[in-house]
Amino acid sequence: MSDQVQNPVLDASGVADALVQRFPDAVKKDTRKGYEGVIIDHHKLLEVAGAIRDDYGFNYLSSLTAVDYLGMGDHMEVVYHAFRVPTGGAPLVFKAQTDRVEPTIPSLVKVYPGADFQEREAYDLYGIYFPGHPNLKRILLWDGFEGHPMRKDWKEAYYEQEHKPFDSRWPGGNVFRGEEHNPFGHNVRYPAGFNLDNFTPQTEAQFQSEMSLGVDIMGDPAFTNERLLVNLGPHHPSTHGVFRMMVQLNGETIESLEPVMGYLHRNHEKIGERNTWFGNMPFTDRLDYLSSMGNNLGYALAVEKLLGSQVKIPYRAEVIRVLMAELTRITNHLWAIGFLLNDLGAFFTPALYCIQTREYILDFFEATAGSRMMCNYMRFGGVFKDLPERIRAEALLLNDKVRDMDTMQYLKDLITERIPRSIDELDEYLSDSEIIASRCIGVGVLPADVAIANSAAGPLLRASGVPYDLRRALPYSIYPELEFDVVTRPNGDLLDRYFVRLDEMRESVRILKQILPLLEKTKGESIFGGKTSYSIKAPAGESYGMVENPKGELGYYVVSDGGGNPWRYHVRAPSFINLTTLGLMAKGHKVADVVAILGGIDIVLGETDR
Amino acid sequence: MFGTGILKGLGVTFRHFVTTFIDDIKYLGKKRDLEVFQHKQSLANVGLVTVEYPDEKLAVPERFRFVPFLVTYNQDDPEYAGKDWCTSCGICAKVCPPQCIWIVRGTDPNTGRPKPEPEQFYIDTDICMNCGYCAEYCPFDAIKMDHNYELASYDRTTAHIHDKKRLSKEIRYWQSIAPTTAAEEMEARKGYDHTDVQKARKKAGLTPSRVGPTSDKAPEPEVVAAPAAAATAEAPAAPVAVQASPAPADKAVEAAATDKPPGPGNWVKRGKRWINLDAPAEVKKRSRGPGEE
Repeated sequence: MSDQVQNPVLDASGVADALVQRFPDAVKKDTRKGYEGVIIDHHKLLEVAGAIRDDYGFNYLSSLTAVDYLGMGDHMEVVYHAFRVPTGGAPLVFKAQTDRVEPTIPSLVKVYPGADFQEREAYDLYGIYFPGHPNLKRILLWDGFEGHPMRKDWKEAYYEQEHKPFDSRWPGGNVFRGEEHNPFGHNVRYPAGFNLDNFTPQTEAQFQSEMSLGVDIMGDPAFTNERLLVNLGPHHPSTHGVFRMMVQLNGETIESLEPVMGYLHRNHEKIGERNTWFGNMPFTDRLDYLSSMGNNLGYALAVEKLLGSQVKIPYRAEVIRVLMAELTRITNHLWAIGFLLNDLGAFFTPALYCIQTREYILDFFEATAGSRMMCNYMRFGGVFKDLPERIRAEALLLNDKVRDMDTMQYLKDLITERIPRSIDELDEYLSDSEIIASRCIGVGVLPADVAIANSAAGPLLRASGVPYDLRRALPYSIYPELEFDVVTRPNGDLLDRYFVRLDEMRESVRILKQILPLLEKTKGESIFGGKTSYSIKAPAGESYGMVENPKGELGYYVVSDGGGNPWRYHVRAPSFINLTTLGLMAKGHKVADVVAILGGIDIVLGETDR
Repeated sequence: MFGTGILKGLGVTFRHFVTTFIDDIKYLGKKRDLEVFQHKQSLANVGLVTVEYPDEKLAVPERFRFVPFLVTYNQDDPEYAGKDWCTSCGICAKVCPPQCIWIVRGTDPNTGRPKPEPEQFYIDTDICMNCGYCAEYCPFDAIKMDHNYELASYDRTTAHIHDKKRLSKEIRYWQSIAPTTAAEEMEARKGYDHTDVQKARKKAGLTPSRVGPTSDKAPEPEVVAAPAAAATAEAPAAPVAVQASPAPADKAVEAAATDKPPGPGNWVKRGKRWINLDAPAEVKKRSRGPGEE
């Protein structure tokens, strides 16, 4: 695709101008204050999007989401962020607007197959209809759910007030439980005419009709085959959480696979829109709970972009941020490799070797941020606190064992000794193993062009030979100063994904070794350059902050109406979008391989379901 | 050669297997010693690193955060015994992301005007996400994050809403669990006392702040939470929920003040309190929630 690019020199804003010139009736610039990109007339969306992809090289649809502008123009808007992969650079933002009553936007699945799940999500949460989508049905919520919860006029069961802080808490607070006002059994609404007793989920019904279940198959010779419908999950140890794969088997071989998710859905985004700006920070920990520092960083970047000149991030804060982000990458990849091996049948021995090293990093997080996993460490304009002088404890509980270590010495030991030792051991233990090779080579192959088209991100994309890493493609923080390589592997199979993760850990150690002297050099400098106020108001506008999280590109799309709460808060979750490729990768493989392929994508259900 | 990779991998597992026992043999009989623990934590360790919870626990670092507590003056303070540090300004309730803090602002019964202390203070610990914002934004160092993570209980409906009595802890408790942070905060306040107290003293012509007790003098905290300890201390009050009868608990503390163990059994002294290590962990009866009677 990239060789068809006509104007490779144009950056995103240049392309926006070019689009306005080329499609004068369909495209106009987004002139609202604080907004960027172009607004495309939705009748011509497909044509323009095709041009954006083929003629201008924005071949990777990173994020697709909707915004409900109730009371701010009373329209729905679908926002697209497209990147050039692997060239890099700022994203091209384009939008399509539609009416709120019967919102309809043509589906972009034909242009960007990666829009599949994201359009289904927008349909599910906003009720926007995407004609042309091959499989438009609910994705996170179930079919018996009434309404579209992200619409601004939809209220949840325990609804109390539009925005936090709630008035009931102070000064006349009288504690009550949510259940008292909304007793169990009365907090659920069903759509009109919905009958729970005769309910068959749409996914199941569709699968059954494709397989011609429910008809007399014994009498028809066409169906006397070995076809079988198997549900892997939702409660299955191999699915890394409550996740279901509906698999159609022919004998042992997979003919088609459809991921079913949403069992852990809590509408993180709606909660986010009720929250104050900084109140969202601890909630981001709970997305991908294995790499919460990275989640914090992404959200901080998005809001800092919105706040603009109100925050100045001190250099030491940037150094600490990168330190945390890279340590997080190591913890995540250790976990991913350990559990990939679990999925391959090496039950828990490699996983525990990995977890042992991860534990030392979590100890450091605990001493610095206060919690092992729910770190809540970044703030708008810096970090919560400087690194402690010593990692020390006081005995409180019975049998407490007390530690007292110098923080810098501990970090040095960790980065120069413990982590490299552990990576080398994993390498020795697993890389040459014939069992791993025979289980992984050629399994779940994802060619580069398919990976890009389906918006795969992170190690999944890089294992397919695409050298795309946001730390290099669109650098943030102090990454431009640091020396490291973007790891790629050419084959796009399971073994390559394992190797990419292993090598990324080595690159992270390389970064961390450069961070150590910077930490010494900046000792005692300021770590926070933002507002200390607890009621931050962000200027009206939109912003898209993204980081290269261990699992892939994590993006936060936030819209402010100038108030103390986000108008729109969207998370571009890599675990969720990477699943688009699962069905493609699994086709033709055996059941046992699917488990490993899922492990190779490395998902966390907290982020997938949000 | 085919199979060498597997052999190499098996070598790693075998190495782990052997090293697991090296320390066990080396430190035979001294497994729980502090010296062994420190060796296990060090870089030189090759064997097992696990800590055998609950027989051993890792003490949590100072910044560790768990369900918050309210700071009060020490009960034996000559001037302000047990006085709340909270001024019911409501900032914690406003910053709380999941909104789990409920405060009733105190009013002066004579004038009817608000006064700077909370009448009631609730934290719904089911909702609390331990983010630490309340402690971070409190301008009076009056709410702090606790270190006691062993809060399991048998009753969900009432035991998990902590009221002011349960939340309140002496300032020396905070000084004992986080000495460095407490000292830094004292420096920032420019004295041991609460900022409002300091102002009042200055107005009255006294020295702004007294020299307060430091963490060295602090007794061990009362919330030692081994199941045996909990059972012994609260045995008379067992079936009741949080706000449960204060009388038996007080009696237990009184009894603990003596130097002799209260009865036969394997008694050890933890701070002010005697604990029977042999006592079976008593299973508390489930108390009924409101509306279940």
